[in-house]
Amino acid sequence: MSADEHRLRSGRPRGRWSGRVFYAFLLLSLAIGFATLGALLVQVVAEGYKWVDAVLFLEPPSANPKIAGAEPAILATIYLGVLLLAFTIPLGLGTAIYLEEYADRNRWYNRLLEVNIQNLAAVPSIVYGILGLAFLVRGLGLGRVLLAGAMILTLLVLPTVIIAAREAIRGVPDSIRQGAYALGATKWQVVWRQVLPAATPGIATGSILALSRGLGETAPLLLVGALTYVAFNPTPLGEFTALPVQIFQWVARPQDEFRVLAAAGIIVLLGILLTLNAFAIWLRNRYQRRW
Amino acid sequence: MAYVSVNLAERAHELPPRGRREVVFDVDELGVSYSENKALQGVSLEIYRNFVTAFIGPSGCGKSTFIRCFNRMNDLIPSANVEGKILYHGEDLYGSHVDPVEVRKLIGMVFQKPNPFPKSIYDNVAFGPRVLGMDGSLDDRVEKALRQAALWDEVKDRLKAGALSLSGGQQQRLCIARCLAVEPEVLLMDEPASALDPIATTRIEDLMHELKRDYTIIVVTHNMQQAARVADMTAFFTVTRGDEGQRTGILVEYDATSKIFTQPSDKRTEDYVTGRFG
Repeated sequence: MSADEHRLRSGRPRGRWSGRVFYAFLLLSLAIGFATLGALLVQVVAEGYKWVDAVLFLEPPSANPKIAGAEPAILATIYLGVLLLAFTIPLGLGTAIYLEEYADRNRWYNRLLEVNIQNLAAVPSIVYGILGLAFLVRGLGLGRVLLAGAMILTLLVLPTVIIAAREAIRGVPDSIRQGAYALGATKWQVVWRQVLPAATPGIATGSILALSRGLGETAPLLLVGALTYVAFNPTPLGEFTALPVQIFQWVARPQDEFRVLAAAGIIVLLGILLTLNAFAIWLRNRYQRRW
Repeated sequence: MAYVSVNLAERAHELPPRGRREVVFDVDELGVSYSENKALQGVSLEIYRNFVTAFIGPSGCGKSTFIRCFNRMNDLIPSANVEGKILYHGEDLYGSHVDPVEVRKLIGMVFQKPNPFPKSIYDNVAFGPRVLGMDGSLDDRVEKALRQAALWDEVKDRLKAGALSLSGGQQQRLCIARCLAVEPEVLLMDEPASALDPIATTRIEDLMHELKRDYTIIVVTHNMQQAARVADMTAFFTVTRGDEGQRTGILVEYDATSKIFTQPSDKRTEDYVTGRFG
């Protein structure tokens, strides 16, 4: 029986070690992520919080940092966000519904479409900017307007929205579709009354995350001509700037005050993005379903 | 030589003679294949009005495939191909002018695993009448269907509650109510109690006895006792293996349930119902 007494003792020290090393690596990865983000937030807030005031929200930019604000940029970012959602949701949802519910996977063009969308999600945003400049601003002759900026951001986030919406639609169990069909529902009714309502939380979460990604973009907007100095409030068909572009411009100025102003702008932008993300998480938790 | 502990002899007397039975479905040489695979071949039988008809047999014998032919659910599988004929009151179910959506209104289906919609109890039952644009009071329809499915007393105070909060047996009765709300003529049940505990199963079986007064019921079951308890007629299917090992379901024997369980005319049926096979 003496052999049995030791049965519960580990005889594999090497396995223990690799487990510990891996655990340490995980903690390290987490720590690096947290520390970087934390340092960034602390530094930005410490530097800029005093300047997050009415002037920032209600005044146009100026050569004098004391009276310079970001009202046109903040408004333009809001307009961009609204237009972005208005363009992205119908297009993205439509594509996702087609691919999940209607497309015949055995057709070569549908498979090509799928691969294409997945690859588009990985294209750098600057490339979209060049496309926007060549096709929207010059080709279609839209000019350097807010609408062109919204359209290019739409193209940029569309693949992400499509992929998120497809995941959400695919998450609706087939038994729900079958149950609805068995009651005499048409395909249209099955999709609109069962599949989409059940997939809405996932679709909404994906769309909001895509929105916040789009609003943080600078590069493509610079290319379609977001100006660095705009002293008037934007209109969809007028020239525009956006909050990230405004921050970019302030950071580049030599005077120290503008750097503080940039920090204040970053706080506002982060506030908008974190609010959107928090809303997405709340939405996901609130409507999460277990089948 | 009764194999099952149900008084089958008594039940046999209840069946009307052949001449007085009304044929609802007349199935003629039906076969189903998926891509190249023949899942079911050469099935011919008649389904009678206000009867409970059970399909039994070992797994893979095509009984579930078969029941899905009656409301054209196989249409939803692109690779499925149905040949042969099913006449519904003399009309070809697979005729070119027939709309499968119309078929499914008249021939309801309950699935193996309860599949309530992720909506309220009320909305589950109201879904059918709503999509079909049925007139009259929706509240009355919902109540009637829930009463028919013997669920009303349990849920009348919480119609707005989520259907997923119900127990498995209640969910399955809700799915039955959902079908009944559309006022079908036939109810197809694909192993309706296989995911349920014995008490919930008994309730479903009692319900089938109730419902056959108004409806024609076809039930697939892997549980022979259940077939013996609920069915008037029973069809036994089995699997044959082709030269290359492909499995195809065939109908072996179709007769009054009491006959199938006490004096089957085919050796394979006898082996199955006595538990020697399957």
